[in-house]
Amino acid sequence: MAMAQSDQFESRQPSSVEEIRKLDRSYFVKRMVGRVIVYAILIFLTMVCLLPFYSMIISATHSNSDIATKLLLLPGGQLLANYHRLMQTVNVWRGFGNSIVIAVSSTVLSLYFSALTAYGFAKYRFKGSKLLFGSVLASMMVPGQLGIIGFFQLMHGFHMLNTYWPLILPSIANAFGVFFLKQICDESITDELIEAARIDGASEVRIFHRLALPLLMPGMSALAIFFFIGNWNSFLNPLIILFDNNLQPLPVMIAMTQGSNFTDYGAQYVGVAISVVPIIIVFAILSKRIIGGLSVGSLKG
Amino acid sequence: MTAGNVKRNRIGYYFIVPYFVAFLIFGLYPILYSLYISFTNWNGFSSPVFVGLQNYVRLIHDTAFYQSILTTLIIWIISIVPQLILALGLAILLNEKFIRGKHFFRAVFYLPNIVTPVTIGVLAALMFDWKTGSVNKILVALHIIHVPVNWLGHPFLAQVIVGGIMCWQYFGYNMLIFTAGLQSIPNEVYEAAEMDGATRFQIALRITMPMIRPVILFTAVTSVIGGMQIFDVPLMLGNTAGNSTQTMVSYLYTTGFKRFDYGYASAIAYGIFILIMVMSLVTMKLSSRKNQTVVSDRVAPVRA
Repeated sequence: MAMAQSDQFESRQPSSVEEIRKLDRSYFVKRMVGRVIVYAILIFLTMVCLLPFYSMIISATHSNSDIATKLLLLPGGQLLANYHRLMQTVNVWRGFGNSIVIAVSSTVLSLYFSALTAYGFAKYRFKGSKLLFGSVLASMMVPGQLGIIGFFQLMHGFHMLNTYWPLILPSIANAFGVFFLKQICDESITDELIEAARIDGASEVRIFHRLALPLLMPGMSALAIFFFIGNWNSFLNPLIILFDNNLQPLPVMIAMTQGSNFTDYGAQYVGVAISVVPIIIVFAILSKRIIGGLSVGSLKG
Repeated sequence: MTAGNVKRNRIGYYFIVPYFVAFLIFGLYPILYSLYISFTNWNGFSSPVFVGLQNYVRLIHDTAFYQSILTTLIIWIISIVPQLILALGLAILLNEKFIRGKHFFRAVFYLPNIVTPVTIGVLAALMFDWKTGSVNKILVALHIIHVPVNWLGHPFLAQVIVGGIMCWQYFGYNMLIFTAGLQSIPNEVYEAAEMDGATRFQIALRITMPMIRPVILFTAVTSVIGGMQIFDVPLMLGNTAGNSTQTMVSYLYTTGFKRFDYGYASAIAYGIFILIMVMSLVTMKLSSRKNQTVVSDRVAPVRA
């Protein structure tokens, strides 16, 4: 609003030096007030965003009776005790490891096959390619839960229940990855470049691995972050597919701390903290890339 | 086109084959199989019994299903309205030149989005706990309330909390999408408007809004698709009063994987699918009524 007023002032022609001074001062004051309000809003929202995490970390360091009775603002000394009780119920580090195995392999598969498919669509003109690419786009509109019963039964038929295969193999068909990387293929890998490689005698597969993949790397690294976070956070599929508690990824293990008969708040808070803090650290380091990647990924042009 | 070119172009098929094999097996087949199961009665042990449209008839008369639709809609509206207002406001605000620490604010506002919804659900359940949660304690300490509020015991309050959490989690994401849209508007457009003496407010209303209309439309459609699938957070909040936070997908999950009524659960899945499609189409129609804009091919979903 401060800006709107400033423009009104500027559009009127002041007549004397005196008037300019007066306008300047009131403009300055109004602008300051506007800015203070804007920063107050931003800082308030920052606190709203961070407070739950702060509360979580603080609570994780207190005993159950303190959590239950007091308003806690400063760290306490019960972190290790809480942690040991948590480890007796669920093995969070096991979940951590499981999550890494699932998320890394899914992400790698998604990236490689998305690039392969995108390159195929972008650089070859074969019959039906438009229609097939259209079907890739259309599949993005279908909600994930639609086929879940059939998926479960199919995996039962394949004897793949309680294994990681149903969580990893479907990553090969990642519609968004194909869509995203095809745009980059269209733009940054020119036909002349490919033609030059062909004249040098490179095979088509080799051209993809040696020429296209490296050129797609920046786009793929932006995608990698999103795929990884998405896979790291996946919950419903592991919950349905895996029966063995020791195989579960972190989110399901965290969910397991909930709903037991006794409620051990301290242990639960520690579990939640273990699942969140590494992500926050990674985000703090990579946030520029993540946010830049999201902007690139969501909009082109 | 020479013979060599045709032959070479055919190699394209090999590049896309793995994708489509995986898609047919893990994507399309389960969807069609679910459709078949939705016409049967099946508990997963004995073989499925074909029952025709019985499950769908049951679905049409199922008050619990309607309740779950209503719940989903309420939670979605509670979350989406402030979410979009905040997102758009912040995107425009953080696009102003005078603001310092833009990167910091954008990162912090986006932060909740990367945390597992399950974790957030568990955290919320702890924080809003009637007797021990920190929210009640803060409110009591600030003298805003005198007696702890039983948040999750009250049907509507529980829905507000789920909606509030969704809003908290997604406004930063939408803000970034809007920011990307704003940044794609060429500077010359703004300069021309300023030369013509347009005020900031006029510029926002007459230039910014129409130009990021496709982005707003995109956000609206994805938020319908995403919002109808609300699941993890309500599940983690546990049993709230009168099933007040049972969403459509929670109902699908309970029916299929807790009661093992696969046939009916598949019918519910198709019911949800049809609802989402209808709602997406309505959203697209509503948002593009005034303008010729259709879902822009410049925009793509990232919400995984």
